[in-house]
Amino acid sequence: MVSEACADRYLPETVQQPVKILVVGALGVGKTTLVGSVSEIRPLRTEETMTEAGAGVDRLAGLPDKNTTTVAMDFGRVTLNDRVVLYLFGAPGQRRFWNMWEGLAEGAVGVLVLVDTRRLEDSFEVLDQLELRADTPFAVAVNHFPDTHPHGEEELRRALDLLPTTPVVDCDARDRTSSLDALIALVEHATEDLAAREAAS
Amino acid sequence: MSSPGEYHDSPLRPYVITRGRSRPTRNTLRVDTLLLADPDRPLPASAGRQERALHRMCVRLLSLAEAAVHLELPVSVVTILASDLVDSGHLQARSGIPAAARPDRELLLEVLHGLRSLR
Repeated sequence: MVSEACADRYLPETVQQPVKILVVGALGVGKTTLVGSVSEIRPLRTEETMTEAGAGVDRLAGLPDKNTTTVAMDFGRVTLNDRVVLYLFGAPGQRRFWNMWEGLAEGAVGVLVLVDTRRLEDSFEVLDQLELRADTPFAVAVNHFPDTHPHGEEELRRALDLLPTTPVVDCDARDRTSSLDALIALVEHATEDLAAREAAS
Repeated sequence: MSSPGEYHDSPLRPYVITRGRSRPTRNTLRVDTLLLADPDRPLPASAGRQERALHRMCVRLLSLAEAAVHLELPVSVVTILASDLVDSGHLQARSGIPAAARPDRELLLEVLHGLRSLR
């Protein structure tokens, strides 16, 4: 079973601490591209059967008329040092998938919201939801497509109704350095957010 | 029935593999929990085919999500199987940040430094 191709499947046994970042956004916005740009493994895809009520195998057996849907989630991995590994999970942003990614967001470093300026309205729901949650730091990364017409940051902030503290970064999801920079901006924000919380309490 | 190498999922299949359960015995296992099998503790004869496959898969360190993909099983099912094997001492779990918590400053700086060093 363990072939040569699987040689880099495993993590070094010194790794003790997994951390995760969620990349959410609308279909086709470039989540998997970004995950793939940064990941040390080929992005992997899990598929879960969900009911409208929630994820998993809950109450599925013997209920053929139940409204079920299959949700795919792509993820990648970055070993950061000999102790810490980062998992990047790309999850769809639509309301009906919130049960899934809210569970994923628990304990996460933060959420990177990937935005396509040609379809800003696709991001409204997920941003509203994240602002309501309040306990998960998030940043907005604008993925650039060839026919994207440039928006000024202020214009974009107004259109998305963002808090002044929420970082907005430009990004090319196909480019490793650019994608890393978007993740770095998120983690910097998470660090500042934590410091602000600790100072306030 | 499916032939070897083929993957046909249906809502019923996960339910059978987990012997009718939809919830794991412990709620500390997450998609990013790292799993490692104890090679000195062979599984009992009663262990199922998927439990054996999971135990074999975790001969070296791997996350729950990766194990699920390689085994072609839903994450929710592997969570239940892994939970049983952790309970019985056959799998070691290195967990991520608990649901109610967030990474502390030290860990965030470690992540930041790690990402910057990849640029």
